[in-house]
Amino acid sequence: MKFGVVVFPGSNCDHDAFCAIGGVLGRPVEYLWHRSENLAGCDAIILPGGFAFGDYLRTGAIARFSPVMKSVAKFARSSGLVLGICNGFQILCEAGLLPGAMTRNRGLRFLCQQVHIRVESTDTPFTSAAQRGQILKIPIAHMDGNYFCDGATLDELERENRVIFRYTTPDGRNDDDGNPNGSLANIAGICNRERNVLGLMPHPERAVEAPLGSADGLVILRSMVDSFVRRIAIPA
Amino acid sequence: MPETEIRVTREIAAEHGLSADEYSRVLEILGREPSITELGIFSVMWSEHCSYKSSKVHLKRLPTRGPRVLQGPGENAGVVDIGDGLCAVFKIESHNHPSFVEPFQGAATGVGGILRDIFTMGAFPIAVLDSLRFGPIINDTSNSAAGGVEEVARNRRLVDGVIRGIGFYGNCFGVPTVGGEVQFEPCYSNNPLVNALALGIAKKENLFFARAQGPGNPVIYVGAKTGRDGIHGASLLASAEFSEESQQKRPNVQVGDPFMEKLLLEACLEAMKTGTVVAIQDMGAAGLTSSSSEMASRGGLGIEIELSRVPQRETRMTPYEIMLSESQERMLIVAERGREDEIFRVFEKWGLDAVEIGRVTDDGRLRILERGNIAAEIPAHAIAEEGPVYKRPIAPPAHPAGGANLIDFAPAGTDLSENFRRLIASPAIASKQWIIGQYDHMVRTNTRIVPGAGDAAVLRLKDSRRALALSTDGNGRWCWLNPKVGAMHAVAEAARNVACSGARPVAATNCLNFGNPEKPEAMWQFSEAIDGIAEACDALEVPITGGNVSFYNETLGKAIYPTPVIGVLGILEDSSKALGLAFRNEGDVIILLNGAAAAEKPIENLRREFSSSEYAKAIHGIVAGEPPAIDLAAEKRLQDCLVALATDGAIESAHDVSDGGLTVALAESCFASDGLAARVALDGTEPDESALFGERGARAVVSVRTDSLARVAEVAAKYIVSAQSIGKALRGGFRIEYRGALCVRGTVQSLHDSWSSALEKALRYGATSNYGQ
Repeated sequence: MKFGVVVFPGSNCDHDAFCAIGGVLGRPVEYLWHRSENLAGCDAIILPGGFAFGDYLRTGAIARFSPVMKSVAKFARSSGLVLGICNGFQILCEAGLLPGAMTRNRGLRFLCQQVHIRVESTDTPFTSAAQRGQILKIPIAHMDGNYFCDGATLDELERENRVIFRYTTPDGRNDDDGNPNGSLANIAGICNRERNVLGLMPHPERAVEAPLGSADGLVILRSMVDSFVRRIAIPA
Repeated sequence: MPETEIRVTREIAAEHGLSADEYSRVLEILGREPSITELGIFSVMWSEHCSYKSSKVHLKRLPTRGPRVLQGPGENAGVVDIGDGLCAVFKIESHNHPSFVEPFQGAATGVGGILRDIFTMGAFPIAVLDSLRFGPIINDTSNSAAGGVEEVARNRRLVDGVIRGIGFYGNCFGVPTVGGEVQFEPCYSNNPLVNALALGIAKKENLFFARAQGPGNPVIYVGAKTGRDGIHGASLLASAEFSEESQQKRPNVQVGDPFMEKLLLEACLEAMKTGTVVAIQDMGAAGLTSSSSEMASRGGLGIEIELSRVPQRETRMTPYEIMLSESQERMLIVAERGREDEIFRVFEKWGLDAVEIGRVTDDGRLRILERGNIAAEIPAHAIAEEGPVYKRPIAPPAHPAGGANLIDFAPAGTDLSENFRRLIASPAIASKQWIIGQYDHMVRTNTRIVPGAGDAAVLRLKDSRRALALSTDGNGRWCWLNPKVGAMHAVAEAARNVACSGARPVAATNCLNFGNPEKPEAMWQFSEAIDGIAEACDALEVPITGGNVSFYNETLGKAIYPTPVIGVLGILEDSSKALGLAFRNEGDVIILLNGAAAAEKPIENLRREFSSSEYAKAIHGIVAGEPPAIDLAAEKRLQDCLVALATDGAIESAHDVSDGGLTVALAESCFASDGLAARVALDGTEPDESALFGERGARAVVSVRTDSLARVAEVAAKYIVSAQSIGKALRGGFRIEYRGALCVRGTVQSLHDSWSSALEKALRYGATSNYGQ
């Protein structure tokens, strides 16, 4: 299974995702330049964190027009796995591959800290190896991570079990104390209706080695590999 | 009037900051009157900021050589061999005046500038640290020196702007901000200090230098377009005192674009890989002028530039403006003739300008053309290297610095718990988490010890077992009271912090923040501090590899404390051995390591030393006496011992005793832990407050598993360091006994709350202190 990490001008967690997959997970991975529509035969695409195009306009608002996004959308429509992390999540929202939008953090400050998120559904290729209700310690690092969508969309997300991660306290309460940035319903990550596109604000690629604070993010990357292997083994 | 027709007079030269003597020297070099553009070039290159004219004679006394030093002062940054074919490239620089005039952009471009110094050498930046000094941020009605309500409000705005600026730049660029320090003293109210240190990594054979070679080779301008921003930043902002009109210098502050810098980084490193880059230098202070003349001068060659080819973002810029612009995110490259296209292709990919604006010549001259007409022609060596050098008058102050009243110690057995609580909630000691959390300190996934978790930042190297440790330190109050001893402490503490992380200190960089060098007292402080740094760097084997001097830190004639900030780099052979400061296991024994032999000091000496402490300042408003006497041999023994213990895996945590003394060190090791509390009993002969809160160096608190105690004693004995068991890390209350009396107690949770919320309360909610009420 080969991963592709998209590089936009201003991506700065591309290298971290690359190392997490190539170095820690030991899977093939390559960079995909944003101006190319060629996904190089990758089986999963990661839109990494960073400040694509500087985020001077609105996070992700320019990146969605990069040629590579045309291919990513097509890839997503054909059930390919797409993971958007932080800025990648913002880009997925701008591109319409996920609903909702990110506004400035409550408190109007950049936040870099370890947070706890609860796995709300294991029925995705990104969480299949996790336990429902499992609490993951994973860092966030963003200025605009305050997730928002309208009431109807939130109802739909909840009804279809598409809120995949919620911010909680270390002991698992998804109340205001556990909400670092003001996100609606403590939403940290959501998936599309087909469940093959996931966006989350926390950085699983930064949580893959215990000496660096946490290895809890690995379960997300491992789930992707497991799901892919299963899908190959049992053709749909 | 077109600028070519402006006739330069001595008055115009004086307005440019050139003295009569300096102007005469210009006339001598040129053999004629300079054009206005030439005058501008001389004025920036011979400014204090660029020429080091007042500091040069003193800087020579710093030790700059060592077995690991590949490049000392004189290049864009220092370079140190760290093994495995890798080298560390690092340097610290100030951006003080711009940050006062416009805190957000001033601090942001300070970070941007130091990052360019690193990647212009071919190194990938892996960390930034910031050493900050501000005026008081808490309204303290009992202390008039703490500043009025307005001053405090302005200081808070400065803090906020600077922190946002640093975060804005570093977070977007994608370099982790992993440490530094921040202190608050009244003297910085009108002159905050913003010093930024950057560290990068390069393969030894892939280093690049700013030395032009090969006459005929093209000179290529890359990066952002040139605008009118920052003109005379180096000469007028950084090389003069401040007055009430200084806010009008806002147009002299540069504007930062971290996104552009990120692209420039990627493009430069990719261009370097083509093998066609002969020399490269960033356009920092004095922009195109310094980069072209310095590259030419270092290579013993000349450079000719056609200004009409320089990418410009404003219309009708004059040669004077183009040469003096300090627009950010620009670089100048000398490339191999015939292979320019390889460079152009890389920059095209990243969407950046790359334009051949000139060529290397063999006549040693910097020749500036505007549509073929000569706008300036000066020997490159004369501007870059033959600037004035001054041996300025030196005189110690007529009256010793510091207040007249020394502290009176509290009677033995006094309950000091409340004082302790106030001390840990004072801005200098309170948790900096509120600031740290606004910086991305994890990006690039190398941060092994995050800010606040250890005495030094530790970054693992992905291509090696090794890790690098970094710490910046500097105590302006101590340097004011005694510049030489204070400067020695700055070196010692930075190195001690690095050793506490388990790394061996190997090299240093310095940022020397001082007042007006034309005043003999400021120059005396500078000279004394240099002597102190030199002596300490020698003794601790950390040569100075570069840095920056910032003079004229005065506003309305009032100088800051002399504030040398020292950054020390250390190497950890095995990154898995990195140590944090947190106690780790319940029941571990707490040991106080002391490199100095126990000696009974006369009470007057103790009073003098303690009057310069953080406790004396925070609790009694006293800033007087002398910094603690320093014993560099003891420091060295302690540091060697710490490195040996860490290498051995014999200790669980290490934390140096510094601001706030032993009790604060113990508390911080508790706060960082998972709810452990120190239960400690001390003995001694000195007064309680001196024993509990005194700040003598050469000491560290380590925690040890009981089965490693014998090993720790053995190693300590080998290094002639005393290892005194003073208590245990346990669940329950924080308790410090001295000579049998319980002097400090509290629950860790409530102490932690006081410590952790103080800074946020002050900065976010504008809290008022209840000090002295």
